[in-house]
Amino acid sequence: MPKFLSDEWIKALCQELNQSEAYAQAARNWEGDFYFIVEPEGEMTEPAIFYMDLWHGKCRDAKLVTDEKEKDPVFRMGAPLSSWRKVIARELDPVQGLLTRRLKLKGNMAMIMRNVKAAQELVECCTRVPTEFPSE
Amino acid sequence: MWFFASPEIVFGEDALSYLSEIEGQRAFIVTDQNIVRLGFVDLVARQLKAAGMEYQTFAEVEPNPTFEMVKRGAAAMSGYGPDWIIGLGGGSCLDAAKAMWVLYERPDMEPEEINPMIPLGLRQKARLITIPTTSGTGAEVTWVVVLTDAQERRKLVLGSRENVADLAIVDPVLVKALPPHIAADTGMDALTHAVEGYTSSWANDFCDGLCLKAIQLVFDYLPRAVANEEDAEARQKMHNAATIAGLGFGNSMGALAHAMGHPLSPLFGVPHGRAVGVFLPYTIEFMARQAPARYAEIARFLGLGGASDADGAASLVEAVRDLARRIKQPASVKELGILREDYEAALQKMIEDGENDTVTSARIPDREELARLFRYAYEGKIVDF
Repeated sequence: MPKFLSDEWIKALCQELNQSEAYAQAARNWEGDFYFIVEPEGEMTEPAIFYMDLWHGKCRDAKLVTDEKEKDPVFRMGAPLSSWRKVIARELDPVQGLLTRRLKLKGNMAMIMRNVKAAQELVECCTRVPTEFPSE
Repeated sequence: MWFFASPEIVFGEDALSYLSEIEGQRAFIVTDQNIVRLGFVDLVARQLKAAGMEYQTFAEVEPNPTFEMVKRGAAAMSGYGPDWIIGLGGGSCLDAAKAMWVLYERPDMEPEEINPMIPLGLRQKARLITIPTTSGTGAEVTWVVVLTDAQERRKLVLGSRENVADLAIVDPVLVKALPPHIAADTGMDALTHAVEGYTSSWANDFCDGLCLKAIQLVFDYLPRAVANEEDAEARQKMHNAATIAGLGFGNSMGALAHAMGHPLSPLFGVPHGRAVGVFLPYTIEFMARQAPARYAEIARFLGLGGASDADGAASLVEAVRDLARRIKQPASVKELGILREDYEAALQKMIEDGENDTVTSARIPDREELARLFRYAYEGKIVDF
């Protein structure tokens, strides 16, 4: 089972996305890479940054980056570990998380508002990746 | 964590007179030509004059407001420099006023960028008053702004919690002369808001009571309000019901009937309320096959039959269809007069545009199910999947 803050985990998610017909359909118009930033909490001292290159319903690249300057993605979504955990456990609706700003998003908002369903399908894929969280 | 947002609401006879008590310098009225012709702008202007305020009117709102139109209005607003914005009319006027307000305060933004995920910093220049002249939209109390991308012929659900008006004035004088067919269309909109607000995946304790009360008011008073324009009590109750439903669904969100109904307006020119209303019974049938309990609760509240949750949901569907029949609303998309070949040609686009709005449905259809639902609703078939 991949550990949540690992390169192995984000690559497993990438694979899940590429196998998902629902994601491919919902994100068919999506163009733009992402940083998913896990803000430090508890025993974490540094943020963990996942990079994903999402393009027309497919994941072209995904990796854990150690230096935020390594890429300059179009979108950045950040939240503390506990919020990500709730999203992946389906305890926090991702769209509701964005609306309450427990998940903070920066980037082209017009693109986001046209592709809300894609965000939901992406999280659906997250929930299907077997995940070991840091405190487990 | 979630929010319950609401403006201050002034309602009942003479509610409009409260406008004479607001403090400010300049008001900018966002409305349409029909509202001007009906003399409603004059009614508002009289109160503004009593308040010692100047005003300017932008009466160019069209049904299903577009990005271009709201940009035009925002430019006019910027030229005038109001400290109050007044949305006066149906949902299109109110949504247009909300969007123009954002662009007035944030000239750096495009209409399609209006979103709930970032602070907008509104209320630096002006505040918003909403005055509905139909009984259905609920836009007077919601934060949602529905705009149409004219190029793509697609409705987009935008908005921010900051978009909630400061003051909503719900005065029944403005719906006394509402034509019966508009009372029927908008009444179905109110019913759809309330049912979806009660059953969406974001339904919550703060909204439940509002939605149930609105549903009850619609069943009790909509047939009267449509049948007899002179029935002042029914017209007033429906005006209240629409705002109450707006508060309910505005804080728990709409669902599948809205997702399916939205594309019909830009593609086929179907009025919003009639569009969402025609899909309502079909979407209840679809949802209730997996999760009938919430619909059964509504049925019990209305005193309808049903030994089991599934029976309760079925009795609600029948009650909705019966209500629609009584107020001469279509029972199927076919009865809207849309040709089958035109509908089939648009089906893919309706699915693509609609699915973005399905995220709050308690049961989210996949694309194949959505296509079947559109086809069942066209034919008037009972949903069996």
